[in-house]
Amino acid sequence: MHEVSIMEEAVRMAIEAARAAGAQRVTGLRLRVGSLSGAVAEAMRFAWDAVRRDTMAEGAWLEIETVPAACWCATCQSEFACEDFPDECPRCHTPSDDVRRGRDLHIAEVEVN
Amino acid sequence: MCKECGCGLSGAGVTIGGPAVEPDHGHSHDHGGHHGADHGHDHSIGGRVISLERSLLEKNDRLAERNRGFFRAKRLLALNVVSSPGSGKTTLIKETAGMLAGRLRAGVIVGDLATDNDAAQLRAAGVPVVQITTGTLCHLDAEMVSKAAAQLDLDRLEVLIIENVGNLVCPADFDLGEDLRVVLLSVTEGEDKPLKYPPLFHSASVAVVTKGDLAVAAGFQREQALANLHRISHHARIFELSAKTGDGMARWVEFLVEQHRQVSAR
Repeated sequence: MHEVSIMEEAVRMAIEAARAAGAQRVTGLRLRVGSLSGAVAEAMRFAWDAVRRDTMAEGAWLEIETVPAACWCATCQSEFACEDFPDECPRCHTPSDDVRRGRDLHIAEVEVN
Repeated sequence: MCKECGCGLSGAGVTIGGPAVEPDHGHSHDHGGHHGADHGHDHSIGGRVISLERSLLEKNDRLAERNRGFFRAKRLLALNVVSSPGSGKTTLIKETAGMLAGRLRAGVIVGDLATDNDAAQLRAAGVPVVQITTGTLCHLDAEMVSKAAAQLDLDRLEVLIIENVGNLVCPADFDLGEDLRVVLLSVTEGEDKPLKYPPLFHSASVAVVTKGDLAVAAGFQREQALANLHRISHHARIFELSAKTGDGMARWVEFLVEQHRQVSAR
């Protein structure tokens, strides 16, 4: 839904990094998106085509690495994969919302030229 | 403009706690820049890779923290009220401001895609209000709130109520600098709303079940709704009320007075 705003920010940050490095163009972008981040990779790819137009990032590739979510079970003292916010530990069935991973919404790398 | 939902243009940025990047983050991906054949793009020859590792939400998060510090310095209790359209945000805010009157002065920032109907309704009730008309944007962000707050005489206020755009998805990611995120669930909406929209309900510090006067007519399954709220928003304080009849309002208002006392004691 709000992926356009997020992708505009990604382009802005990529261009800022390219300028700081004295580069002429942004040629690629790698993002890291957690499954609980609230952003949908498909919508981000869709927005990407529009937001990079007429910028230094025009023609750049986009790679979105998805990070599966993991919660912490305090009873078992271990992580388990979770697909939703409050999920229960598959071993002891204790509910946990201690999300240890999967909220990422990061710009990981920029390729410039 | 966003072709998905009309959301777009804006300051960008988001929140919900910046995710910590751990050195060993346990997902399968080659960080060495080497990619498989099914990769879908060609890396340019001579390109340099710059490692950034920054949150895409950092700009909004930074502005939200600035708002938070500003509101704190003004000893304001700031609420971010979120819900789906038609859950009773405006009515609850109007009645809340009315009941607080004489004890705490409340000002309101209202976000809507179009019209200033909500602001007009609040203004008619004597509440200082600023309308943000977002046009196509489906949520408020920290920058908009900062600009709107500048139009209110904050020194004369103790409570700042921000009525977000009616939407249970997008506002979840955007911290506005509030002290409390208040999510509304009206009895006419269905008991499973928290299960359908977990990110927003999970991020709320307070959940308010509204339109209690319609519970019987709507066949509202109270126990089920509360169980769902506890499951998703289990750290949230839960209130059940009807802004129309006033039922349950006193407890809610006392809670806000106490919250303001804590904020102003900081």
